Amino acid sequence: MTGRPLVAIVRFPGSLDHETARRASEAAGAEVAWAWHSDTELPPGTRSVIVPGGFSYGDHLRCGAIASRSPIMAAVRRHAEAGGLVLGICNGFQVLCEAGLLPGVLRRNASLRFICRQVELEVADAGTPWTRGAPPVLSMPIKHNEGAWFGDPAEGRVVLRYRENPNGSVDGVAGIANRAGNVLGLMPHPEEASDPLLGSTDGRALFAALVA
Amino acid sequence: MRTAAIPLHRQLGLTDAEADRIVELLGRAPTDPELVMFSLMWSEHCSYKHSRVLLRLLPTTGPQVIQGPGENAGVVDVGDGWALALKIESHNHPSAVEPFEGAATGVGGIVRDILAMGARPIALLDSLRFGELTSARSRHLFSRAVAGIGHYGNCIGVPTVGGEVAFDACYEDSCLVNVMCVGVLRPEGLVRSAARGAGNALVLIGNRTGRDGIGGASVLASAELSADDADKRPSVQIGDPFTERKLMDCCLELAERGLIVALQDLGAAGLTSSASEMASKGGVGLRIDLDLVPLREPGLTPAEILVSESQERMLAVVEPERVEELVAVCARHELDATVIGEVTATGNLVATAAGQVVADVPAHLLADGAPQYDVPQRPAPPPVPLDLASAPQPEDLAQAWLALLARPNIASKRWVYEQYDHLVGGGTVRRPGGDAAVVRLPGTGRAIALTTDCAERHCQIDPRGGGMASVLEAARNLACTGARPLAATDCLNFGNPEKGSTGWRLAEAIAGMAEACRALGVPIVSGNVSLYNESPGRIIFPTPVVGMVGVIEDATASVGHAFVADGDAVLLAGGGEPRLDASEALGRAEGAPPRPDPEAEAALVDFLVRAARAGLVRSAHDVSAGGLAVTLAESAIAGGRGASVRAPGGRRPDEALFGEGGGRVVLTCRPADEEALRALAGGVPLARIGTVGGAALVVEAGGATARVTVAEAAAAWERGIPAAVEG
Amino acid sequence: MSRVVVTVMPRAGVLDPEGQAVQGALARMGFAGVEDVRIGKRIELVLAGDDPEGQARRMCEQLLANPLIEDYSVEVQG
Repeated sequence: MTGRPLVAIVRFPGSLDHETARRASEAAGAEVAWAWHSDTELPPGTRSVIVPGGFSYGDHLRCGAIASRSPIMAAVRRHAEAGGLVLGICNGFQVLCEAGLLPGVLRRNASLRFICRQVELEVADAGTPWTRGAPPVLSMPIKHNEGAWFGDPAEGRVVLRYRENPNGSVDGVAGIANRAGNVLGLMPHPEEASDPLLGSTDGRALFAALVA
Repeated sequence: MRTAAIPLHRQLGLTDAEADRIVELLGRAPTDPELVMFSLMWSEHCSYKHSRVLLRLLPTTGPQVIQGPGENAGVVDVGDGWALALKIESHNHPSAVEPFEGAATGVGGIVRDILAMGARPIALLDSLRFGELTSARSRHLFSRAVAGIGHYGNCIGVPTVGGEVAFDACYEDSCLVNVMCVGVLRPEGLVRSAARGAGNALVLIGNRTGRDGIGGASVLASAELSADDADKRPSVQIGDPFTERKLMDCCLELAERGLIVALQDLGAAGLTSSASEMASKGGVGLRIDLDLVPLREPGLTPAEILVSESQERMLAVVEPERVEELVAVCARHELDATVIGEVTATGNLVATAAGQVVADVPAHLLADGAPQYDVPQRPAPPPVPLDLASAPQPEDLAQAWLALLARPNIASKRWVYEQYDHLVGGGTVRRPGGDAAVVRLPGTGRAIALTTDCAERHCQIDPRGGGMASVLEAARNLACTGARPLAATDCLNFGNPEKGSTGWRLAEAIAGMAEACRALGVPIVSGNVSLYNESPGRIIFPTPVVGMVGVIEDATASVGHAFVADGDAVLLAGGGEPRLDASEALGRAEGAPPRPDPEAEAALVDFLVRAARAGLVRSAHDVSAGGLAVTLAESAIAGGRGASVRAPGGRRPDEALFGEGGGRVVLTCRPADEEALRALAGGVPLARIGTVGGAALVVEAGGATARVTVAEAAAAWERGIPAAVEG
Repeated sequence: MSRVVVTVMPRAGVLDPEGQAVQGALARMGFAGVEDVRIGKRIELVLAGDDPEGQARRMCEQLLANPLIEDYSVEVQG
């Protein structure tokens, strides 16, 4: 143990964005450990959890549906219920909705096409652990086929909204948290906005929150 | 299947002479399964029987080459203890029949070729050609092929970072889908496909074997398409990218642990092709028990198992004492791994089923025994310079400019690349939309630039000049980002080489490519040939697609094409004369485009690279389709600012603005750096033509002036493809 | 051994963009009078045990359908 805060990154068959999430977490000062889908416990000493992007189980049946029923998710649920931070990115957001840890569901983009594009997000709630001190507008890329959030915004806290709704999300929701604010799911990719060489660094704030 | 009237060998696509040759080489008549195996291995797609002789003209060696043509992919040393594997491949005929799965499985196949070298795929590019978008069929093929590439590439987590798409009536019946993949590896981790070690186990890894593609890629690729192709649909393979992702992670772990003696992916002609090539390369034999092959459905005949093109499968040679460990690693990745045979010392490929030998053929006869044909060389008539009087001058240059920007061949390709995850992996330094994509070289502070290019209209008129132009355009595109070209891969898409001038065009294009590659010092380390791309009454333009890779020493110092700041000097590098001949503005393959000067263009490429490294270049953009006016517009749109420019050359104002040809690049630099740039240019022509600034593009040529606002240009350019596809 | 067919459809009132896209395509192809198109999934199960219908319903509730946006129906075929 290094004394650095431990971030557990969950991996399912088909997860793709775990390595970039690891790099962004380590750059924020975290130590990272993998949490395999078949484990029943999170790594000892886990401070925060990331459920990363990708195509878990090939998106079969519904995005995130099969992954959300994995053994590891019971441990993630306990961690969330105890107030621990959980960040779900893209497919991770889909998994958290399917697991009932966040309200709503992610549906097919209105255009019926995959969209990979840099977008601007308005911070709708600056009172969550994720967005305290964040600038009013963040730039991050989206890359998804099923990113249209559908649900009742009043069941959670809308944290991020698209400036220009790219996919038909209800209320332009790009990211939503649970009422307590410790679980955040978002379709945009903060780990792809954490390196000046690749464009924006607006995603760093979310990783900083994981180690704060 | 066999009818009394038509002999089996002819039904399978073999000529009488080829059938006789098989009997002669075997010393007996082949069994039916053996005949099916020969028909596929000796098909054009597998054997390159019409192009092998000509391909020897291409330069394939150099100090950077670790592995040239002949393996699953080419491999070049990129320094810092790293190497790159690269290859481009076609999936044209399957895509014409079922574009989504045809394009998707094209991605799957090329990724497995890179994987088979022990390399980790880090980038994909696709080069696509369809008929004009006014045709409903072409709109369908285009949108489904793009969707299929996205579906597969996105799910396996390899970013699709670049490529090209072009539209011309000649591709209406014969669309082209070429996919390129680049991977990274340590040179000492290189895996080859030659089987060795009598007694070693032959292991099949991945998906179960079904009826996919039986008679598919190999047979389709060797025959022109006709009206009854709808019933070839069941033969098209269905891709499973989720399994491919698992296969990628598994094979990389197996290679890392040193568990693999040899590795080959299963593509066209399935087990037959992989096994015969592995055996032939190693000078050994392979014995396969077909009863051991895991099947997706019952009742496959031995011949069907031998030639099935079920996707997401790899064949490995493994030492017997390491098989258990290999199977355990595969199980952890949720993949089947089954011992289906062994390496022998006989040199023969032997297949058994239910205890009986159903095939017993010397492996080299299958892999290398196809006759090599000389293609007839019937020259096409020489190019006739364009009679300018036949090309009316536009009354309103600005309107003509906007109309050109909206043409699908020029307009923004955002509609395409937004369907591709071009970011996964966190290494994409320059996204699609520029001259070349730039991707970080993992574990170093360096980057690689990648592009695919082809000058097909030029090739149609002057195939030797067009072959040169295709190679040189790729090199210029890389150099614009600051990358020094390192190596290339090529996909030669042509019509039927036995008919008309196609054979001559093939030879000429290859000769032109070879000359340009030699001038640049860029070897071609891998590639693919796709022939018979024609239908009654319509032959595709000769389309030699060049995929090229270059190196940028400092990943933070790549150069983009967007104008950066008001007041920057606009310069034109390169001495080409703009010509309307064969241009997009002219809209037809007519005229005599100037033949490139490979030495002069190599000097231009070298200058661009040195200038970028010296930090003197603010932006660089290659002049290609649509000429100088389009190049300026693209840089203005990307940078959100205009420029005032004088367009040199040309016999008329519209030729100065929209003429193409002769390697030219538009550079911008800080005014204070212009002198230093000039000094660096040496003998490379470098002319100051204007200044960046304002909200409009104003171009003066031959006394006429054309003016468009950046906003107008952007609107036309962005709408082009969405309007054409969606109406 | 029982064969059970599960049909999962978008809930009434929930936007079905795929159904709409197909409806548009059919109209453009000249099929008149297509009032509505909705697209769902058909899942065929072969189940051992003596309560195939109950089992299938529980599977729907726990995995095969997302109640927020999908309805399901179960048919035991024999």
